[in-house]
Amino acid sequence: MTSVRYYRETYMELVFYIAGAVAVISTGLMLTRLNVVHALLYLIVSLLGVAVVFYVLGAPFVAALEVIVYAGAIMVLFVFVVMMLNLGAHEVDIEKQWLTPGIWVGPVVLAGILIIEVIYLVRGTTPGLATGELGPKEVGIALFGPYLIGVELASMLLLAGLVGAYHLGARETERPEIQHDTNTDERRTAAGGDLVLAGAGQPSRTP
Amino acid sequence: MFSLGLVSLLVRRNLIFVLMSLEVMLNAAGLAFVVAGSRWHQADGQVVFLFILAMAAAEVSVGLALVVQIYRRFKSLDVDELSGMRG
Repeated sequence: MTSVRYYRETYMELVFYIAGAVAVISTGLMLTRLNVVHALLYLIVSLLGVAVVFYVLGAPFVAALEVIVYAGAIMVLFVFVVMMLNLGAHEVDIEKQWLTPGIWVGPVVLAGILIIEVIYLVRGTTPGLATGELGPKEVGIALFGPYLIGVELASMLLLAGLVGAYHLGARETERPEIQHDTNTDERRTAAGGDLVLAGAGQPSRTP
Repeated sequence: MFSLGLVSLLVRRNLIFVLMSLEVMLNAAGLAFVVAGSRWHQADGQVVFLFILAMAAAEVSVGLALVVQIYRRFKSLDVDELSGMRG
């Protein structure tokens, strides 16, 4: 019994080191990519590796949050912005160039290693290293017990981030409207307040 | 990992890469917290990681909105070109 447990912990350490190596390697590859989308792929693999490390360390709640929030929400934000910035006619050629299978191999291999590790972990009985597991219950009790003021501050920070992002993103769309309004006012003043004459300088729309 | 992110932050001149390096650095800090919490079997490390997560989400939303705005105004994501942005 003791030897089985010892082997299990040894395998756990092996899984831990492999996941850590995957995370570090994919981070290094991410930083050396020239293309943003390739770098995003490697960044996602890196985050998944860190999530596996969390799971092995006995923090399954944090591992799930890492996958959901980082690899899900934040990466979707990045992908949206990249796609927004890449509007252009020549992008079709670049898109064709992206679809070559060579660039997929690296992230797919690293993610495959992680999947094998996760399958091994789920099939096992006792997750976690020798230090034991800290489930969502302990985290929740600590979060809403002594750290309640921190939760409130985090919610206010998120609200501020939401408002700030909305303000920064919406400012550009307001400007053409303001421009249009001032033009109309100028034309109306130049025409002496006559609304019919105000359009006289413009090319007529009706043939 | 933190040093990798820091080096990338200093080396790269693309704004999106700078934001991604920030993500890596925050992630490394959170990893350190969780490892410490697991070492001493306390839930505090995971709680701090949750705060880091929330802060990273807020930071990245504001940062990406700024990136979109800068790209619309300067048609470039080069940080060095933005150095003339004063006053």
